[in-house]
Amino acid sequence: MSSHSIRVSVNGAAHEATVDARYLLVHLLRETLRLTGTHIGCDTTHCGACTVLLDGEPVKSCTVLAVQADGRDVMTVEGLEQGGKLDPVQEGFWQEHGLQCGFCTPGMLMTSYALLKRNPDPSEGEIREAISGNLCRCTGYVNIVKSIQYAAAKRHAEVS
Amino acid sequence: MIPAAFDYLAPTTLDEAVALLDRHGGQAKVLAGGQSLLPLLKLRLGQVGLLVDLGRVPGLEYIKEEGGFLRVGAATRESALERSDLVRSKYPILVDTAAVIADPLVRNRATVGGNLAHGDPANDHPATMLALGATVVARGPKGERTIPIEQFFTGLFSTALAANEILTEVRIPVPPPGSGGAYLKLERKVGDFATAGAAVQLVLGSGSRIEKVGIGLTAMGEVPVKATDAEASLRGKTPDPKVLAEAARLAARAANPTVDRRGSVEYKREMARVLTERALRRAIERAGGKR
Repeated sequence: MSSHSIRVSVNGAAHEATVDARYLLVHLLRETLRLTGTHIGCDTTHCGACTVLLDGEPVKSCTVLAVQADGRDVMTVEGLEQGGKLDPVQEGFWQEHGLQCGFCTPGMLMTSYALLKRNPDPSEGEIREAISGNLCRCTGYVNIVKSIQYAAAKRHAEVS
Repeated sequence: MIPAAFDYLAPTTLDEAVALLDRHGGQAKVLAGGQSLLPLLKLRLGQVGLLVDLGRVPGLEYIKEEGGFLRVGAATRESALERSDLVRSKYPILVDTAAVIADPLVRNRATVGGNLAHGDPANDHPATMLALGATVVARGPKGERTIPIEQFFTGLFSTALAANEILTEVRIPVPPPGSGGAYLKLERKVGDFATAGAAVQLVLGSGSRIEKVGIGLTAMGEVPVKATDAEASLRGKTPDPKVLAEAARLAARAANPTVDRRGSVEYKREMARVLTERALRRAIERAGGKR
């Protein structure tokens, strides 16, 4: 079994680690770096609770090897808040009751954040499509969609 | 879940990657997007000695028309295919396909080449590539060779690729004027494999007669199915409802699905018939200029 020295930027901070080839990115984040905001849900590439941004794109971190992230940028839910100020997507989920048990929320937030970066003004259909790889076990999708719409409006207000 | 132990190497050139496969024989496996392979290893349905990661090999992600073909680099992400202006304007069947593969997060990692090279008859690109008459390019120690897609799938999870070959490109003939295509998939929910899927690519000639047609079926046997009888029944015909219904019936006859939680053999075969007929209609609409 090979072991690898990797350098990964997580939420803007450089980290070095030595990992087994089979170690998953989600384990690197949760266990090595103690960033436990990223959740492990199904662990089988279905639920999206482990979603993080890899070089800006939302991916399921249970289905990426830590060693594949060597030299790349990772952003987790811990990276959303800036200087004590919640990101608009976080504020949206708070204001619009976008969570019940909260288990899917970190993944939902990261997917929504990436969606609004790519498409600042998504339709309801585009929002639903974008989060179709993130499952909410409370089935709270109506409020999740509202939360993302809130965040889109908030981002517009901040820009103008 | 953590996979059984393996070694991992990330070569930075294609030649180096091929050399590694050549040296390690059947012990090594290519890692591209990893969205099929990693779950399989995590569930311990499979085990490998060495993963050769193509993630550091440059020049395998591109979508371009050249020499009469749409050339898609094997490591092109499904999300890139879905968003490509070129693909959106001229290859609606590929947009149909990419949009129903797994879910948007998986598509940010999953690759077009991997979808084919995995050899899973329930994957979606095999049917569309059969309909499109694609060719795949394989690179081995002795250089490059091309494999017509009809000869690529040799069995369940098996392809014509040798253990020391890497799929590097998919070539799709540029569709002539009057072309239309569509892919329809029936799935229980987003992210599921197809209960049934049908891909159609055709060319309408003078008098709206069908000049050329390819039909591929998803999840209808040990290998992706090319519905050759259905294709033959359509050639030279004007696509009236009777002709289309007969072609769909013939396509379903070529289907050989297995029973699972997605449905019985009879149900799946019937869905193959319905989807083939609908895909034919949509392809004809698109050939007539509708999006």
